[in-house]
Amino acid sequence: MTAILEVEALSSGYGPVPVLRDVTFSVPTGSIAAVLGANGAGKTTLLRTLSGLLRPTGGRVRYDGADLRGVRVEHLVRRGLAHVPEGRGIVAELTVEENLRLGGLWRRDRADARRAQDEVYQLFEPLARRRRHAGHQLSGGERQMLALGRALIARPRLLLLDEPSLGLAPRVTAQIMALLRRLCDSDGLTVLLVEQNVRSALSVADQGVVMSLGRVVTATPAAQLRDDVTLRHAYLGF
Amino acid sequence: MDRFLFLTFDGLSTGAVYAAFALALVLIWRAARLVNFAQGAMAVATAYVGYAVVSVTGSYWLGLGAAVLAGLALGALVERVLMRFVGHANPLNDVIVALGLVLLIQAVLGIVFGNEYRPAAAPFDTDALTVGGIAAMSPYDLWVLGAVLVVVALLGLLFTRTPIGLRMRASAFAPEVSRLLGVNVGRMLTVGWALAAAVGALAGMLVVPTGLGLHPHAMDLVFVVAFTAAVVGGLDSPAGAVVGGLLVGLILSYVTGYLGPDTTPLAVLVLLLAVLLVRPGGLFSSVRARHV
Repeated sequence: MTAILEVEALSSGYGPVPVLRDVTFSVPTGSIAAVLGANGAGKTTLLRTLSGLLRPTGGRVRYDGADLRGVRVEHLVRRGLAHVPEGRGIVAELTVEENLRLGGLWRRDRADARRAQDEVYQLFEPLARRRRHAGHQLSGGERQMLALGRALIARPRLLLLDEPSLGLAPRVTAQIMALLRRLCDSDGLTVLLVEQNVRSALSVADQGVVMSLGRVVTATPAAQLRDDVTLRHAYLGF
Repeated sequence: MDRFLFLTFDGLSTGAVYAAFALALVLIWRAARLVNFAQGAMAVATAYVGYAVVSVTGSYWLGLGAAVLAGLALGALVERVLMRFVGHANPLNDVIVALGLVLLIQAVLGIVFGNEYRPAAAPFDTDALTVGGIAAMSPYDLWVLGAVLVVVALLGLLFTRTPIGLRMRASAFAPEVSRLLGVNVGRMLTVGWALAAAVGALAGMLVVPTGLGLHPHAMDLVFVVAFTAAVVGGLDSPAGAVVGGLLVGLILSYVTGYLGPDTTPLAVLVLLLAVLLVRPGGLFSSVRARHV
């Protein structure tokens, strides 16, 4: 199985302060990888570096076989790499409909962009009822649906998701996790998922990438992390 | 009563120009979160271009078109070669650079065109029409009011109905998210500056023939009034800019008419102070829950 994402000896940080050091792992096409670790482990920094919002200070990122160095952030979505940033990155001043339209504006295939938008409304029923509402009027769960749905309109091949379960009811979290699993199995989507909620992340992930203080301490099959008490104790503290 | 009506009409037509000017300020504020203190000087520069074309071709309309095109170009140029490289972390940086640009533009205009007032012809009669024995608006006033309303409507359509308008709004509100969605935020900023300067150019062409004359400093007081109008309406709100412009135009017209023209500059400052004290976000500011 080929890996759609290969991260090699990646270092990055804010100004002179290094956050990521020598991070190496890869994500096979069509799988879900969960990035786990305590606050400050560098999980969000990792996603921001992968999508080009932060410039790496060393190492490299290969996406779909090509080095991402020097590729502009706004071109990544055209290549099928979508990043949903933490804090439910929706544009709160725009309506639900406008947020979704924005997600498909770059696409040349207008008909498919519209089709994708309709699919999102079918997938996330509450959004369809609130098309004309501004983003700041939505509940936490609706915002997360909107951010995720908007990313799906790009028909991505690799989805970077930052804390999709933050502040959500367990039932909604479970729905979103099940949806991700379904998209991976049916459409060949690959997901790199940053999660605080270790249990729910491991319930759908194929691989667990455990980070601590900016380094990858282990990248193991999720089933092993789930079942092996020693591993869990050592790396995840439960 | 007649005098009150006359002052009202007069206030509305000068207010329309303030509204256009305030709109230019709001456009840049929304796109870049800075107040373009060089707006007045930039508008004067484009008005010089416009009237140079008028004097060569003899056509006001060609001159107006040239001024608006010059505004588009100047706005894009200022953003691309100057404002892009200013550190925006401290808002004072933007102000100082913009004031430097004002000095530069006014000096260059003085060198090229001279520092004396040049008469500028209006395309329509500026004498007020009398309707039922009351001096109402002049044809020129009507043209000003109509032109500004059309521009406001067009901008509204641009922002709410077109893909580029959606991109511009998204870039202004959430630049990082917009980049992740494939929006070239830097280009949207350039477009925002170009549009704002074009609206400013239109405002300049409209205000110069109203007895102001063409001069490198012609827009200095107009800028202060327009800034007040933008603050009155709320810097974030295009609709607020228009209402603020008309409101300030009316207030100043009454003040000038009843208290005398000497009090006008003072009235502007009092109004600005009052708004900042009572409602610093402007009349049209909306309190919004911003996500973090």
